[in-house]
Amino acid sequence: MKIVVCIKQVPDTTDVKIDPVTNTLVREGVPSIPNPYDMHALEMALQIKDKYGADVIAVSMGPPQAIDVLKKAVSLGADEAILLTDRVFAGADTWATSYALAGAIAKLNPDLVMCGKQAIDGDTAQVGPGIATRLGLTQLTYVVNFKNVDVEKKEIVVERKLEEGPETVAARLPALLTVLKEANEIRYASLPNLIKSVKLEPQVWDNKVLGLDPDLLGLKGSPTQVVKIFSPPLREGGKLISASEEEIVKIVDQLMPQIRSEASCAI
Amino acid sequence: MPSNLDDYRGVCVFIEQARDKIASVAFELLGEGRKLADKLQVPLSGILLGDNNIRALAGDVIAHGADIVYLIDDPQLKDYTTSAYLAGSLQIVNRYKPEILLLGATTMGRDLGGALATRLATGLTADCTGLDIEEGSRNLKQTRPAFGGNIMATIMTKRHRPQMSTVRPRVMRALVPDPSRQGKVIEEKMPAFDMTARVIDFICQVKTDAPLEDAEIIVSGGKGVGGAKNFAILKELADVLGGVVGGSRKAADAGWVPVSSQVGQTGKTVRPKIYFACGISGAIQHLVGMQTSDVIVAINTDKEAPIFKVATYSIVGDLLQVVPMFTRIFKKRLGTPE
Ligand SMILES: Cc1cc2nc3c(=O)[nH]c(=O)nc-3n(C[C@H](O)[C@H](O)[C@H](O)COP(=O)(O)OP(=O)(O)OC[C@H]3O[C@@H](n4cnc5c(N)ncnc54)[C@H](O)[C@@H]3O)c2cc1C
Ligand SMILES: Nc1ncnc2c1ncn2[C@@H]1O[C@H](COP(=O)(O)O)[C@@H](O)[C@H]1O
Repeated sequence: MKIVVCIKQVPDTTDVKIDPVTNTLVREGVPSIPNPYDMHALEMALQIKDKYGADVIAVSMGPPQAIDVLKKAVSLGADEAILLTDRVFAGADTWATSYALAGAIAKLNPDLVMCGKQAIDGDTAQVGPGIATRLGLTQLTYVVNFKNVDVEKKEIVVERKLEEGPETVAARLPALLTVLKEANEIRYASLPNLIKSVKLEPQVWDNKVLGLDPDLLGLKGSPTQVVKIFSPPLREGGKLISASEEEIVKIVDQLMPQIRSEASCAI
Repeated sequence: MPSNLDDYRGVCVFIEQARDKIASVAFELLGEGRKLADKLQVPLSGILLGDNNIRALAGDVIAHGADIVYLIDDPQLKDYTTSAYLAGSLQIVNRYKPEILLLGATTMGRDLGGALATRLATGLTADCTGLDIEEGSRNLKQTRPAFGGNIMATIMTKRHRPQMSTVRPRVMRALVPDPSRQGKVIEEKMPAFDMTARVIDFICQVKTDAPLEDAEIIVSGGKGVGGAKNFAILKELADVLGGVVGGSRKAADAGWVPVSSQVGQTGKTVRPKIYFACGISGAIQHLVGMQTSDVIVAINTDKEAPIFKVATYSIVGDLLQVVPMFTRIFKKRLGTPE
């Protein structure tokens, strides 16, 4: 079995820098971490590997410094690592990101692709479904648990977490899973893997390797455009009130109409 | 890329439903979609997919503001699966070509939205908190928080149609339903598609009390509550008011409230009538989840706490004294027995 795990490098702090010309986020120079959800996707891949045996390949698209997240993945047990890096990939929205990642994954022909539920910088949760749709993989989002993987029968059974409760789905392989944090506890690196990760020279793929249409990549290939960035508007705060009985009584009297109308609705 | 953007007209809402119940976010999107459609002077439509009793729901969609309901009734749409719902909604969007398509930022809406935008080769903007039409161009201005709410970004999809957005529950306002509203129901056939997944089990775990997102009154606590035991005094106030208890991320991380009760960027977005913030500092990631509440009552010992910048009532004091005071006075006013 072959499993690809997509890991994004995201800024560690919420200090964002914005390029005033292109209106895109500047990532270089900002301290970075692997996207936390993606580590749970990796852990699930490693648990599948432990149970059934598999080759786990970590893939990250980003600037050269994204090698750090691949090292992390290898230290935890990923077998191979591929860094997708090329100027033409830069500034991509989720549509163009999934185009590039799908282009790379197509070359690997995996049975399973694992993504995080979402990346914490953009919180979009769109890249996973984008990859699945482009490659014709069965799409399984919000996965908390795998119950069974059968490569022979080309079937996977997973549990998804919906708002109203858990759902069990049987699906055809190849499939793409997006994974929630509740899915598992991330393991510690073993010493041999740690040593392996320090020495890691990942495969580096640019668009000469992928051969994708440059007009559909990066900023140029993105259907969405950021036209404005601004600080969130704050609402007008009230003046400070001391915590005396008299003041609280005043507030309660002002709030009572809202509460009364609720009570009458219930009847 | 569509050759002619002008071929696309109208505002359309994906009507999320599960087990014959329309999700409240769909009504909220119809309320917002109505505003956009009126500005553009185009019809508002809804896409309603399901089986069996689905036709019975069309009237409710119209009562909430839609002019047209596109409906597919097919046994393959009984449970939500990406492949079936993608096939059904693609059929409708490709035939009726709306210029704007809105979905709830729910597990279903996000699952479908990402797949649909990819197939339609168009832009999708996630978790919008504001939607508006640009003067002159008819383009949709989509505003959303990013980086944990530290920045807001306005995003546009100028060269592709439809312009797609997801919106979280409780961000937009539903219209008061008008059962006398007239509208058209257009039935479509399910196209052939490859069913790659099937739901084999579902366990309903909806609690009997109102979920946080639907609560009219929320009493939330943060780090300042000081421990799980002290949350009992928040619960008591919530009970008196018929509300529910929520918490900040620090409260959820400490296990004082369940993670499902966390309010904020990585938790729930809430919009109650009254939001009590007790011992919550008011970090931006918390504020984005609750700052559209009608009334915010903040209780904090620190008069510099950022929560006071957004609070309607900024009470400087110890929550361990102030919250029981509220409970006692409300009980008296409501005639609740001691
Ligand atoms: C990417 C990201 C996402 C995040 N998502 C969320 C999210 O969804 N929701 C969320 O809430 N946070 C979120 N956070 C965390 C957020 O930044 C804050 O750390 C968190 O909201 C702080 O919680 P708090 O207000 O309970 O604690 P604190 O900031 O520690 O504040 C405690 C407050 O209690 C007051 N206090 C202490 N004792 C008393 C007393 N006896 N009476 C009255 N007041 C008292 C103190 O003055 C203080 O203001 C996120 C952070 C990041 C980086
Ligand atoms: N640049 C990237 N490199 C590798 N994986 C990515 C990248 N961007 C997104 N992903 C994957 O897609 C998931 C969802 O990302 P998003 O749609 O941006 O929220 C992430 O959790 C990753 O698994």
